[in-house]
Amino acid sequence: MAGIPHDHYEPKSGGEKWLHSRLPIVGLAYDTLMIPTPKNLNWMWIWGIVLAFCLVLQIVTGIVLAMHYTPHVDLAFASVEHITRNVNGGYMLRYLHANGASLFFVAVYAHIFRGLYYGSYKAPREITWIIGMIIYLAMMGTAFMGYVLPWGQMSFWGATVITGLFGAIPGIGEMLQTWLLGGPAVDNATLNRFFSLHYLLPFVIAGLVAVHIWAFHTTGNSNPTGVEVRRTSKEDAAKDTVPFWPYFVMKDLFALGVIMIVFWAVVGFMPNFLGHPDNYIEANALATPAHIVPEWYFLPFYAILRAFTADVWAVQLVSFLTAGIVDAKFFGVAAMFGSIAVMALAPWLDTSSVRSGRYRPMFKWWFALLVLDFFVLMWVGAMPTDEPFATISLIASAYWFAYFLVILPLLGVIEKPLARPATIEEDFDSHYPAKDKGSDTVAAPAE
Amino acid sequence: MLKKLSLATVSAVALASGAFAAGDAGHTHDVDFSYEGPFGTYDQNQLQRGLKIYTEVCSSCHGLKFVPLRTLADEGGPALPEDQMKAYATAFPINDELSNPQLFDKDLEEYRTLKPTDNFPALYSANAPDLSLMAKARAGFHGPLGSGINQLMKGIGGAEYIASLMTGYTGEEKEEAGTTFYENTAFPGGWISMAPPLYGEDVDFADGHSNELHHEAEDVAAFLRWTAEPHQDARKRTGFVAVFFLVILTVLLYLTNKRIWAPIKRKD
Repeated sequence: MAGIPHDHYEPKSGGEKWLHSRLPIVGLAYDTLMIPTPKNLNWMWIWGIVLAFCLVLQIVTGIVLAMHYTPHVDLAFASVEHITRNVNGGYMLRYLHANGASLFFVAVYAHIFRGLYYGSYKAPREITWIIGMIIYLAMMGTAFMGYVLPWGQMSFWGATVITGLFGAIPGIGEMLQTWLLGGPAVDNATLNRFFSLHYLLPFVIAGLVAVHIWAFHTTGNSNPTGVEVRRTSKEDAAKDTVPFWPYFVMKDLFALGVIMIVFWAVVGFMPNFLGHPDNYIEANALATPAHIVPEWYFLPFYAILRAFTADVWAVQLVSFLTAGIVDAKFFGVAAMFGSIAVMALAPWLDTSSVRSGRYRPMFKWWFALLVLDFFVLMWVGAMPTDEPFATISLIASAYWFAYFLVILPLLGVIEKPLARPATIEEDFDSHYPAKDKGSDTVAAPAE
Repeated sequence: MLKKLSLATVSAVALASGAFAAGDAGHTHDVDFSYEGPFGTYDQNQLQRGLKIYTEVCSSCHGLKFVPLRTLADEGGPALPEDQMKAYATAFPINDELSNPQLFDKDLEEYRTLKPTDNFPALYSANAPDLSLMAKARAGFHGPLGSGINQLMKGIGGAEYIASLMTGYTGEEKEEAGTTFYENTAFPGGWISMAPPLYGEDVDFADGHSNELHHEAEDVAAFLRWTAEPHQDARKRTGFVAVFFLVILTVLLYLTNKRIWAPIKRKD
């Protein structure tokens, strides 16, 4: 396996050698844990651990919740109430799981935007990036189906609206929607398959996470300078890196501790703040809620979905060119999935030879605008569809696409990047300068 | 720049979450309930008064089908003595037998009396919503501008909404398609089909506590908040213990991390 040169596991005792020649599992664990990691990683590199923790948290709490949950339209809502009222500790389990999903998405967005700023997606880490995007899609699917399970009003109507998106695909849409739902409308068959898939997908995600980690353990971590670790020799590599254990394990655990304090405060003191009151009303196919709003983490993409209405000229043009096959509804659906697709294509859309945004004076501002744009979309996604929100969401959606399709390709050509450090060691030493030799020798024999 | 990202994410979460249920909502006034804040707990006396109001007034039309009768004796709730809870359960009337098929005794061929292990009976015949979760199914406070700040500062406000609804009747009535509507300042849209349930002095409390309208409204709202969130006190306790130990753990992790990095950063 190619990788940063470092010391590998050497079996010493007879038993270790016996096992290692048959199954090198200890060696795999050693190499994974002792991987040389750039020593200049900053605090934005902690989100991976938080995400791994979230996945475990969701699987563990979810398995126990599934022991008490009943996936049936007549019983699902009552079984969730049963969990919170009668199951020992059930109220904690449920709130941990529900808010755990929120933490999962806070972490994944931070993780993604870190990658976008520091150019982590660029060669040779395109595969890591693409797998990450697939994980993100699987997360969205899992979260969406999980939100349907309590069978509240927002569960039911959210499911109706989102599965309706597939119905917008020309030609096969209606067939596809019926196939997804297991019937003409959201009903028991839908609830059952969502429960089944909600249980399955996290394990698919776990497998993808293993591949994600495998990929970047081969290329090595990206880092804030975007300068690669020197691989010329073990000694050179050691100047740029420290082993993951204990240096980054402890750093990440400390960061996780800080995040856990906030998380447990939310779960303990305000567990319904991020939820929607309507979901405490049992699903009713005859009463549509006044506003159907997805969970906060879907809002930016929900805003893009709704932004492209029939009176937008781009929609009218496409509709005209395709003889009406692509209508506003399908355009919106395509835009929503397209907004994630352009993000996945970032490694090929970004033409700059400089990886890190730290050394790209123009890129910085466009990136800041993208972050702002993301929050504007999130805000406007929860607003009604009338003015001025319609115009705001259209402009914000347009910027999202412009960033990836126009700005990233252009900046690489016109931008003049700043000077970068030659090595990671140089960058690290500029933050933590070496003490001069004299003071070292004075300090040593002080006793 | 990126350091601000995580902070911005958190504030955006707060921003987006409160955005729900805008529209022409009625006016909800803020009430200082004893259970608010990280350390607030339910007022046991208030819950008992609320239970009395529910029993004597609300229960003729509204069910509480998710609430087990035995939980009336639970700590962190009304905490009725065991014998009182049992007596309450067996005496509780089943106003709507058809909504409660689980109570039909096939051997006796009649509806049996309630036991502490039963839930409060369901009640659909009056066409009134079940109240078990009402205090969590309504948002009293919104905005401003979808920012969620009001909900962060004052809470989601379901119980405040209930209290405001009880006191929000203006006395105006109108009839539409054979149904009488009553003007109410708290109800979204302004007109509600429920006749004013409380007028003040509807129930008498053994300890002589005030039974003025606004006191009754707050008492029943607090009680319904408990039926919606019966383990709130225990949950806050768990949260406090978790935060307390996590702070200690995190401080230790901070010191450990600082110590092991010191030689790398040449600070030792």
